[in-house]
Amino acid sequence: MKKTDSEFVRTRYFTFAEPPCRLELKSGLSLGPATLAYETYGKLNNEKSNAILVCHALSGDAHAAGFQEGDKTAGWWDDMIGPGKALDTRLYFIICSNVIGGCKGSTGPSSINPRTGKPYAIDFPVITIADMVDAQKHLIDYFGIAKLLCVIGGSMGGMQALQWASAYPDNLIACIPIATALKHSPQQIAFDEVIRQSIMADPAWRGGNYYESGQPEKGLAVARMIGHITFMSDQSMEEKFSRKLKNEKLSFQFTDDFEVEGYLRYRGYNFVKRFDANSYLYITKAMDYFDLSGEKFMPQVKRTNVRFLVISFTSDWLYPSHQSQDIVRLLKRKHAYTTYCDLKSSYGHDAFLIEIREETKLIKNFLANVRLT
Amino acid sequence: MSSMKLDHQIITRIITEKAHVLDLGCGNGELLSLLTEKKNARVQGIELDDEEMHKCVERGLTVLQGDIESGLSDYPDQAFDFVILNQIMQELKKADFVIQDSLRVGKRVIVGFPNFAHIRARLTLLFHGKTPVIDSLPYYWFETPNIRFLTIRDFIDYCRGKNIHIEQQYFLGKTGQIKFLPNLLALNALFVITKQKQ
Repeated sequence: MKKTDSEFVRTRYFTFAEPPCRLELKSGLSLGPATLAYETYGKLNNEKSNAILVCHALSGDAHAAGFQEGDKTAGWWDDMIGPGKALDTRLYFIICSNVIGGCKGSTGPSSINPRTGKPYAIDFPVITIADMVDAQKHLIDYFGIAKLLCVIGGSMGGMQALQWASAYPDNLIACIPIATALKHSPQQIAFDEVIRQSIMADPAWRGGNYYESGQPEKGLAVARMIGHITFMSDQSMEEKFSRKLKNEKLSFQFTDDFEVEGYLRYRGYNFVKRFDANSYLYITKAMDYFDLSGEKFMPQVKRTNVRFLVISFTSDWLYPSHQSQDIVRLLKRKHAYTTYCDLKSSYGHDAFLIEIREETKLIKNFLANVRLT
Repeated sequence: MSSMKLDHQIITRIITEKAHVLDLGCGNGELLSLLTEKKNARVQGIELDDEEMHKCVERGLTVLQGDIESGLSDYPDQAFDFVILNQIMQELKKADFVIQDSLRVGKRVIVGFPNFAHIRARLTLLFHGKTPVIDSLPYYWFETPNIRFLTIRDFIDYCRGKNIHIEQQYFLGKTGQIKFLPNLLALNALFVITKQKQ
């Protein structure tokens, strides 16, 4: 991918819920002040009618596109955001913010608690997807945008997109939930619990108070390895690794003989450098708590005008197609005019970051139509 | 209008201005595009085929990828002004269920199908002893998607038996409508049906 912008992008910060205000959370607790790290690409038009909010997945951040100074790689969805791309920055104003509870500039467990002058650690209140979205709403209000053209996201980003439609149906025209679900199944909760347990079982976790002594690196690395297994498919792992060995022969020791082992270790230990273990606990919990099934979705709305494009991938077993079809079923009951596509892919859950050509075709056409109506 | 397929022409005439329309098995979306353009209809398609579905999205249509038999479920009663079942019923396993559920979801249902009793079909079977391959049934037995072979009279009988009201009917030849002996001379038929008034 060549660089699309000559200028570097910069992460900005928006602070709200400053005293006497606080951000009221679904748990009944509150948070304040709160900061959101965000980036924008493209230009907001005079009518403020061309804004698209991009929501990131579990380990994502506000840096969705372009290069920051010193970057070797572009933002996490750079293939989708830019001039002429699916989210065309010549037409749209793209906003992406780091979720509340995260560790990439937004207020989370690694942020300083103003009451103690130390990191919140596990004194940070448990947050939900709805809280993440409520915080984003503050940012959108700050821009003076009454109606977003679209909210889009994959995986946990898709949950946020659905939450937007459900909580603020009058504040968006279109919604694109990708490779996501209305609620976590027991299988998904189970994976998250193993992920959390592996972090908390690391003695270096110290009940969450590790900010002076250093991250629970081993636990967090294992947690991320589990994640990476669930992001791939049987087929994509076979294609990528097969049973290939790192060195020519078996070591007959407990070292990483197979390429797949080397890959997981590499991914795990790299992740430790860039992600806060407590944030991983908080965000996986938020995903497990997420549930917009049945009457909980768009409770105030009988018939919605929000336009939906729902996308799933055939080999995604972490967020299988039938969960997207559950979304579609619920949308039918709300009389929503919906486009749904089950894209053929062998990449598993990762497909939403990889199947750019197909997604671009769908999203471009869908948005072009939304813009006209 | 002249380049439009005859059945599309008639359906476009039947659909009212700004109607809410559901097209089951909408193919590449040709008909729905017409309805959007000519009647400002608010349209929703359902299509299983990947390529056809992508063509619909290219046209800017709203389309669900899925099969028709499960496509109707979950829509509220009378959610659409029209449900279209054009040239698809002969391929459905649960034809009766789909028609009944279409009547639940739509205020009116437009059903279009090839007439198996067309004179050429009858003659092919009678004189050649072969499964008919005619304009409206252009497939050989080993490649046809059709699993049902019905006639105009079959459909009228069906509606009578199921207490379904036939509001309008059109019989189509190669170039125009057929007024005389439709079950013998029409290649295709289009019916607008509703639930019998209680």
